[in-house]
Amino acid sequence: MLVKSKPSLRHRFYLFEILTGLSITMKNFFFGRKVTIQFPEERRIYSSRFRGLHYIKAVNGVENCTACMLCPTVCPSECIHIEAGERADKEKYPVTFEIDILRCCYCGYCEEACPKDAIKLSAIYEMARLTRADGVLDKENLLVQRGKK
Amino acid sequence: MDRIELIWMGVKIGAVVFTMLSSVPVMVWVERRGSALMQNRLGPNRVGPLGILQAPVDVVKLLFKEDFIPAHVEKVIFVLAPAVLLIPAFMTFAVVPFAGDIAIDGKALHAQIADLDVGILYVLAISSLGVYGIIMAGWASNNKYSMIGSLRSSAQMISYELSLGLSVLGMIMMAESIHLRDIVAAQSGHIFGFLPRWGVFTQPIGFIVFLTASFAETNRLPFDLPEGESEIVAGYHTEYGAMKFALFFMAEYMNMLVASALISTLFFGGFQLLPGMGRLIDPTGALIAKFFTAGNPADWGRLALEAVSFSIKVGFFMWFFVWVRWTLPRFRYDQLMNLGWKVLFPLSLANLVVTAALMYLRVI
Repeated sequence: MLVKSKPSLRHRFYLFEILTGLSITMKNFFFGRKVTIQFPEERRIYSSRFRGLHYIKAVNGVENCTACMLCPTVCPSECIHIEAGERADKEKYPVTFEIDILRCCYCGYCEEACPKDAIKLSAIYEMARLTRADGVLDKENLLVQRGKK
Repeated sequence: MDRIELIWMGVKIGAVVFTMLSSVPVMVWVERRGSALMQNRLGPNRVGPLGILQAPVDVVKLLFKEDFIPAHVEKVIFVLAPAVLLIPAFMTFAVVPFAGDIAIDGKALHAQIADLDVGILYVLAISSLGVYGIIMAGWASNNKYSMIGSLRSSAQMISYELSLGLSVLGMIMMAESIHLRDIVAAQSGHIFGFLPRWGVFTQPIGFIVFLTASFAETNRLPFDLPEGESEIVAGYHTEYGAMKFALFFMAEYMNMLVASALISTLFFGGFQLLPGMGRLIDPTGALIAKFFTAGNPADWGRLALEAVSFSIKVGFFMWFFVWVRWTLPRFRYDQLMNLGWKVLFPLSLANLVVTAALMYLRVI
């Protein structure tokens, strides 16, 4: 139901209302709590579940990944490329492991699918690169331990 | 014109032009930081202390930007339009007195670039020339949005010029002169023994109408219909970039400056000292006498303080323009026209009639 009420004379006269408005802006000017986050020095605090840049968890310098191919299978944007190989002790391992972070949609399915707790999404969200080629992370880059997960 | 008058004229023109030009970057900074703080943000605070160098850096950027002219525009008019808008804004300031007279070698020198006999009429005539710049920009851009923006602007300026002129008439009648210096002089003294005899107290309705109309004349919010991002992009300067856009931007601030100067001159006693500044005349004069010794030190002190109090008044109104911009939402076009024709115009006419009647009855 539309209720129409005629504004009072004081409202229709404008001037007092304008003065009220001016006092409100002035109050904010001097006393308002400023909400700006001064970025490089201050950072927004995200939830610990935040999904950012990937890394592969390594224990004693050896990656947890066994190249089981579950993450490229589940990946909706098809940005993970793995070539599997065999170590001297007959264990399967990824010879190359590339993630194209320009294609990635940070859904976190790879992390969920991984049976070996190898692929992880860190809290890093600054991913600007100068070239497209820099956007493809190789295995060496992914082995940088970027988080504590 | 002898040597002293020539030097004095050069000093006046130099001071006024320098102040007007340098007020633009300062006002840009004030506007950006002021608006940010009012909206609980911080605004530009990285370049220089408190971000004060942001505006000069922006100017450098605008100067070095490519001076691009779109292919579909009428080139001559397109290039001419920003200048046509900016120059009247500069010219208007010529008749505004920014301090009292000073006597050197028995000659009275005015602190006013041109002491024209038409006075306030010159201001009203020249300030309405600015609309040609806007129309030319909109027409030459060959773009629907620009055209609509410039048409809105001209319709708005023409509607509000009536109320603007009529609201000044009250002050002219009370001063019995159209010389701005006479209008300032008529505002000296006190009413009821304590209130300064300023136009705002003797002509309150005239003041409110003039203030509102000058907001519309300068195309500032809440009356910034010529621009409107959601409707007509940037209005008449949609097709402009680099320094040509900056000229439009400068013209807006120049118009603000002129409007503030006129409000102070007509309704706030112009260059007359702010209450309580009288006792500073002698110390200031003594300070000035240390540097040069032409004329009477006390006169120089008065002149300096008058210029300062005029600047304070103008500065306050410049701030007021910014303050109002970030307080009030903008009007719809029909609301704007209704306010102009159905409220301000009759109000200024009524004010005129009442003033005339009271003057006839010798009440004021």
